[in-house]
Amino acid sequence: MFELLGIPPQALFGQLLLGLINGAFYAMLSLGLAVIFGMLNVINFTHGAQYMMGAFAAWLMLTQLDIPFWAALVLAPLIVGLFGIVLEKVLLKRIYHLDHLYGFLLTFGLALIIEGVFQWKWGSSGAPYPSPIPGGTNLGFMFLPTYRGFVVVAALVICLVTWYGIERTKFGAYLRAATENPTLVRAFGINVPRLITLTYGLGVGLAALAGVLAAPIQQVSALMGVNLVLVVFAVVVIGGMGSIMGSIVTGFGLGLVEGLTKVFYPPASNTVIFVVMALVLLIKPAGLFGQTK
Amino acid sequence: MTAQRTLVLVLLAAALAAPWFAYPVFLMTALCFALFACAFNLLLGYVGLLSFGHAMFFGMAGYFYGHVVKAWDMPPELGLLAGVAGAAALGVVTGALAIRRQGIYFAMITLAFAQMIYFFCVQAPFTHGEDGLQGIPRKALLGGLIPTKDDRVLYYVVLAIFLFGYAAIYRFIHSPFGQVLKAIRDNEQRAVSLGYEADRYKLLAFVLSAALAGLAGATKAMVMQFATLTDVSAAMSGEVVLMALVGGLGTIIGPVVGAFIIITMQNYLAATGEFVLVIQGTIFVVIVMAFRKGLVGELTDWWKSRRTTG
Amino acid sequence: MAEALLKVDDLQAWYGESHILHGVGFEIGRGELVTLLGRNGAGKTTTLKSVMGIVGKRTGTVRFDGRDLIARPSDEIARLGIAYCPEERGIFSSLNVEENLLLPPIVKPGGMSLAEIYQLFPNLEERKRSQGSKLSGGEQQMLAIGRILRTGADLLLLDEPTEGLAPVIVQRIGEIIRQLKSRGFTILLVEQNFHFAATVADRHYVMEDGRVVDMIASADVQQNIGKLQTYLGV
Repeated sequence: MFELLGIPPQALFGQLLLGLINGAFYAMLSLGLAVIFGMLNVINFTHGAQYMMGAFAAWLMLTQLDIPFWAALVLAPLIVGLFGIVLEKVLLKRIYHLDHLYGFLLTFGLALIIEGVFQWKWGSSGAPYPSPIPGGTNLGFMFLPTYRGFVVVAALVICLVTWYGIERTKFGAYLRAATENPTLVRAFGINVPRLITLTYGLGVGLAALAGVLAAPIQQVSALMGVNLVLVVFAVVVIGGMGSIMGSIVTGFGLGLVEGLTKVFYPPASNTVIFVVMALVLLIKPAGLFGQTK
Repeated sequence: MTAQRTLVLVLLAAALAAPWFAYPVFLMTALCFALFACAFNLLLGYVGLLSFGHAMFFGMAGYFYGHVVKAWDMPPELGLLAGVAGAAALGVVTGALAIRRQGIYFAMITLAFAQMIYFFCVQAPFTHGEDGLQGIPRKALLGGLIPTKDDRVLYYVVLAIFLFGYAAIYRFIHSPFGQVLKAIRDNEQRAVSLGYEADRYKLLAFVLSAALAGLAGATKAMVMQFATLTDVSAAMSGEVVLMALVGGLGTIIGPVVGAFIIITMQNYLAATGEFVLVIQGTIFVVIVMAFRKGLVGELTDWWKSRRTTG
Repeated sequence: MAEALLKVDDLQAWYGESHILHGVGFEIGRGELVTLLGRNGAGKTTTLKSVMGIVGKRTGTVRFDGRDLIARPSDEIARLGIAYCPEERGIFSSLNVEENLLLPPIVKPGGMSLAEIYQLFPNLEERKRSQGSKLSGGEQQMLAIGRILRTGADLLLLDEPTEGLAPVIVQRIGEIIRQLKSRGFTILLVEQNFHFAATVADRHYVMEDGRVVDMIASADVQQNIGKLQTYLGV
């Protein structure tokens, strides 16, 4: 078949698919981070560890309890989300009145603890997780593994459902209002502290859901969230934390950019997102979709 | 005031006598990290900016030192200079961009830049990637006058470097410049309305902090004779935050105390492997929840309350 | 004589270290419209906020419908039947008009329906899909008032509803407030604009330096006009 700029189509589309998949995870994770930041004003450094916990939960459920992937997709986010709720009630709630940096440091410490415990117990080499939809289709210009196609579609659905939940539902209205003016929302009779706890739980659950989806693609390892969370931070800075749709678009978009870079200039593929971040900071510091605060 | 003076003299005496009581290499490593932590604290405690990527200055300076001294076969003084200058230059570039945002965004941006530097170091030929820059020779200083191959002799050189850096920070904080920074930290809008270009001051503080972190990193490369990816890693950035936190942000001596504690702890816990991370994380959590002023800060508070009630 | 719907006694309040209220006392009967008058800084807004429970530290007695409010969080207080319309209006810019109107939950039966509120404020119905931030000052004020009518709250706390609005709109708000009173709402109104307050209120309390220093019934306003002018510094 044809070659694009000297690159065989399999390589090009293969990398684009990979980029799309990475972008799917960037989008899901930056969405969770953005929602948590909006309500709690806390940068949840633990997000990477909670993503990892989701993957581990799925793996443990499969290997220890014979619970299949599709059940884990529901159970793991619930379990990890509950864990997040406990974290919020016991620790995070007590530091809201402090400088935001303390929230960052606290969640960083929690990430170290969680990742350290998992690493200590299960080592840092990964464990494989069998693909729930094995096989794939040959599209001519590339081979599409079915599960990977599913992941992209699933991520899109999850992001859009989240967007809809926040922008179009009553609950989402409570969330948006409480993000703007929590005191007034409370004075209308809404239990804002409970809303905050729930929001954190949902954001964490979203991270864990991403982790379950990631398990068949990556190796399940204690460190799988460590480098990912740093890239997601850059995604969030680029998108600007204000808009939900912005996080989604930026996440997918940057995944594609990364994929393209891998094709045309591989040495830069690890750093291209950070370079984009530097450019955005020069041109529009509030982020592509952000509002200057 | 005299209580403080005596404390300083006692500490100095202890520092001078130390190599007879503890391994000089351990002491030197601790001093390098102490300087690193002090440089970091300059930015956080006094300007209110949390840099979560400070390892990039520390680690890159180490690579610069190693390259200048080993690959270009130049004297160690030039190596140190290269480390400081390189770190400062990096500080100008990253600082100019990072300063455009406040608070938590600033932290995230420094983190991301540090990641860029890390990945660059993984691939760049001059860093030798995963292997790192090994076997940096210990060359005598001042054209042969100071034989640095002897650890004890080198200790006093490192102590001098540390004291120089520490004094620089002290002078800076107590200068009119430092006062303006404090005003900016406490109420930036008011400082701006008084006519101060806050961004310029913040950038200068950032570059100074980067340069001193570079001095620490270059010195460490001189002592340990290697520079590796660990030195530019996010984990290293996190560690220096921990050191400053443990010791006490916003106190000058706090980071020194914190550095010594963390380095000692790492030495003892080296055998437990990954569990060190759990302990470090727990310390972070405990300090943020209960002891935000750090060891020195809390002790100072306790001492003061004793004196008023006693 | 029936017990007052709201009875405040020796209310003290602090913002951090600042001691703002030094012992405020007043009462409002069911169906009354009572105003808090006074100069800037007298503590009127703080009093409203203290009743609503959104001030830092407060002591004293605040009894609403027989229940003690002083130790309760603001969401509990709202659910007992008090609604708050803040001075800055607090329109949520990330919500549209209708979402703003529907946001405060219904705490008791008997509130106005959305249709009734649109009848009272037809211009809000026209703009119901507009983002909150795109409304004019007058529209925002109407939205802020309309928002709390659906909840079923018996006591409305209105903080300077006419501030910064054109006279035509001020008149319209006066009409609306009189309508609300005739529907049976009990209203505590903070106002700087005395002339407006006089057209709607049954009684006026005057505040100075964090205390209530006088109470003047509507009927006695003319006789005491000089005293009032001194209090308000006009």
